[in-house]
Amino acid sequence: MYELIVFLPLLGFLIAGVFGPWIGVRASEYVTTGLLGVCFVLSWIAFVMVAGGADAHVVIGNWFTSGKVVATWALRVDTLTAVMLIVVTTVSFLVHVYSIGYMSEDPSRPRFFAYLSLFTFAMLMLVTADSLVQLFFGWEGVGLMSYLLVGFWYEKPSANAAAIKAFVVNRVGDFGFSLGIFLTFYLTGSIAFDQVFAAAPGLVGKTVHFIGFNWDGLTLACLLLFMGAMGKSAQFLLHTWLPDAMEGPTPVSALIHAATMVTAGVFMVARLSPLFELSPAALSVVTIIGGTTAFFAATIAGVQMDIKKVVAYSTCSQLGYMFVGLGVGGYSLGVFHLFTHAFFKGLLFLCCGSVITAMHHEQDMRAMGGLRKELPVTFWTMMAGALALSAVGIPFTSIGFAGFVSKDPIIEAAFVSPRFGAMYAFVCADIAAGLTAFYTWRLMFMTFFGRRGDWWATLPSAHDGHSHDDHAHADHADHPVRESPMVMLVPLIVLALGATFAGIAFRHLFIGGGHDGFWRHSLFLGQENDILERTEAAPWLVSISPTVAMLIGTGISYYMYMVDRTAPQRLAAELPALHRFLVHKWYFDELYDFVFVRPAFWLGRLFWKGGDGAIIDGFGPDGVSTRVLDVARGAVRLQTGYVYHYAFAMLIGAAALTTWYLFGGLGQ
Amino acid sequence: MQANAFFFWIFASVLVVSAFAVIFARNPVHSVLFLILSFVCAAGLFLLMGAEFLAMILVVVYVGAVAVLFLFVVMLLDVDFARLRQGFVQYLPQGLLIALVVAIELIYVVSGLGPSQRAAPPATPVTAISNTAALGEVLYTRYFYFFQAAGMILLTAMIGAIVLTLHHKPNVKRQDVGAQVARNPETAVEVRKVASRAGI
Amino acid sequence: MGVDLTHYLTLAAIVFTIGVAGIILNHKNIIVILMSVELILLSVNINLVAFSGFSGDLTGQAFALFILTVAAAEAAIGLAILVAYYRNRGSIAVEDINSLKG
Repeated sequence: MYELIVFLPLLGFLIAGVFGPWIGVRASEYVTTGLLGVCFVLSWIAFVMVAGGADAHVVIGNWFTSGKVVATWALRVDTLTAVMLIVVTTVSFLVHVYSIGYMSEDPSRPRFFAYLSLFTFAMLMLVTADSLVQLFFGWEGVGLMSYLLVGFWYEKPSANAAAIKAFVVNRVGDFGFSLGIFLTFYLTGSIAFDQVFAAAPGLVGKTVHFIGFNWDGLTLACLLLFMGAMGKSAQFLLHTWLPDAMEGPTPVSALIHAATMVTAGVFMVARLSPLFELSPAALSVVTIIGGTTAFFAATIAGVQMDIKKVVAYSTCSQLGYMFVGLGVGGYSLGVFHLFTHAFFKGLLFLCCGSVITAMHHEQDMRAMGGLRKELPVTFWTMMAGALALSAVGIPFTSIGFAGFVSKDPIIEAAFVSPRFGAMYAFVCADIAAGLTAFYTWRLMFMTFFGRRGDWWATLPSAHDGHSHDDHAHADHADHPVRESPMVMLVPLIVLALGATFAGIAFRHLFIGGGHDGFWRHSLFLGQENDILERTEAAPWLVSISPTVAMLIGTGISYYMYMVDRTAPQRLAAELPALHRFLVHKWYFDELYDFVFVRPAFWLGRLFWKGGDGAIIDGFGPDGVSTRVLDVARGAVRLQTGYVYHYAFAMLIGAAALTTWYLFGGLGQ
Repeated sequence: MQANAFFFWIFASVLVVSAFAVIFARNPVHSVLFLILSFVCAAGLFLLMGAEFLAMILVVVYVGAVAVLFLFVVMLLDVDFARLRQGFVQYLPQGLLIALVVAIELIYVVSGLGPSQRAAPPATPVTAISNTAALGEVLYTRYFYFFQAAGMILLTAMIGAIVLTLHHKPNVKRQDVGAQVARNPETAVEVRKVASRAGI
Repeated sequence: MGVDLTHYLTLAAIVFTIGVAGIILNHKNIIVILMSVELILLSVNINLVAFSGFSGDLTGQAFALFILTVAAAEAAIGLAILVAYYRNRGSIAVEDINSLKG
């Protein structure tokens, strides 16, 4: 069964990708979606089985054996895997269904569905991996598919640039990840999880010598592996690709940049919990980075005008929360937030897609307003997502929308954790909770309330980037705004149900009383790791603070975008520097351009023009050919055409030969 | 001995002077005439060395045919030799240099010959056979193939000269033997019936 | 003093040199070039006959006979070429003859 779950999407890719032109568009769509539907059902069955205690280990075959490195294809199925399986297949299946409606006017639909299925295959490979190398295979696979899907509309130069940016920034992370794999192999002698996890406790305190310093081996390995997670999950410093990746179609954003690919980093840290748990320093780094990301991304989301970019930065911020949860030792907290986030963020993205389609591919929120009457289903489902994201719920209970149930425990855990950096992460996360509410409701108010077109007059007109299509905003009077077709709305409704109830339904299993029996050994907890118990005993002020922050954020948002609509512009005018700083995304793109991109281009140009052009070509083909021409031109001057010159040459030659013969050592 | 040496010096000096004159003369006819003089002196030298057949052949062939041919061509071509002489000084230094080098080397080699190689001057042959007969004996036996080859060369030269210079003037009538032989009565002769005293 | 082989050889060398110089100096005048070639051949003949006479071997004279033959043939052909060239060009100025220019 597990082989089916993993390989049916691959089959879908092959059918739609290879035979797409022959079987037609509809067939491609239905085959891929249907196969994923089967996977979806099987995943839920698997989840139930695994939750009941049926772990599995399916060996498929040997990949390669090179010296001591033995890499096999094997599917490792435990609780963590099962959770990820349902996340991936559910969201993927719903996105496939949604795409049938969203991409209905696109000419390259077979390619799109093939890519979606291939991505799903790679992601499933990643989550079922039984060795670091297989995980890396899936890791690279999803990176590749991200590139292909973000650049799906490859005729757009901005899409190509965004795809390359995504891939390159991921690559930086992957470099660290590869080094981490090498170091792990060096330390443990194996890359298969079973052996690595078994050898991990024996490595505590072992040092390695690297770049002139003595490092703690496990810490260094974990830090390097986390570098990969930073790239894949768009954490602070390697986050620059995620907003640009919104160039891809919205279903892609929902699948890849909300629910699955970006969560691969979180999954990886959770999967490698036996390693991370033994390295407090690495976990502190994870916590600090996570907290910073949560805060910083939330600040930027508050000034974005493109609806998708708001949600993208929101994803970035929520991923930071997940890492905070992992970093303080609460692996189940992080994974639970991953689980609920997949639902509500995927929902938000798909609702964005619905809005964008209704607005005829307009993505700038300033062109929107008052859509709640025209798009009722979208409005209410998006409301469910917004409530989940801003973590609305009743404190001290576990009653609330999904985000509340999963996010608040993380904030509490950050407070009570004794780990270095946890308090910093707590402050960041708490403030970010307020900011989250602010930008979420800002999005809702701007999109669904007010009057259409009013925002242009009231909001700062500084463009924060190229966010909307070429469709001018003036001609909306001609195009009526209509609700999306049913094939797009059904996934929204399903996800809305998940966003609302998933928290309540699964809390007990994931982080509540039943978590020991649920997770078993899939998440390793150290001896002193009692974070879940301490979270339950958090002070009441701490428990209430996220809700307070949420209310403050919602209140400010309501005031600025519903009551006094000139407030945003006035605020931006009073704090122009801060406003610019946020609008330019903390100037990271400019910084990286200056520090990395320009020198890289300079170096490339140097090697191209100077190295390849001047030296290799100059001494090689071009140089040789030019020298040949030069020499020939010189030699041609000997051929004057005058016979007497030739006669002279003969005579001079004869005289020279004679002289040489007589006096040159050969004579006498 | 004395006479031998005396004639040698006369012939040698005249030869060298006339050789100089060949190349330095202004008038090309003079050049040819000096060339003839050189040949004649060389023939004399050959006689001194006992090669009388060769000496006579030199006079007959070289002087009588080749030099005369030169003379024909010089007088046939209407050439402005004055203009041609303008290039004389162009390569004077290089020319003298090369000539000097060649001369020095040749004389250097020649002077290096040991006294044993400087054989006695040719004595009159003891046997009564003449140089011509002796040459004939060698030529038609040992060097027969070269003799035939020389004949081939002459044939080639003759054909070459004819091919290069023969040109049919357009108005000259000549016979085309092939056409003559290939005539047949049907095209050549036309039979007409003519009544008596009527004419054609 | 006695005239021996070296005198003849030196004489031949001088005539050879004069021939070579004639070619280089008179490069514009084709007829004089041909005559200089004849001088060179003459010098070679003198050399051969001198050796033949002083060694008693008739090979030298036979060879000189062949050289004579070839020289005559070559002079004839050379002059024929010159005549044909003159007929086509109307002059024998060598600065015009550079069709071999590469």
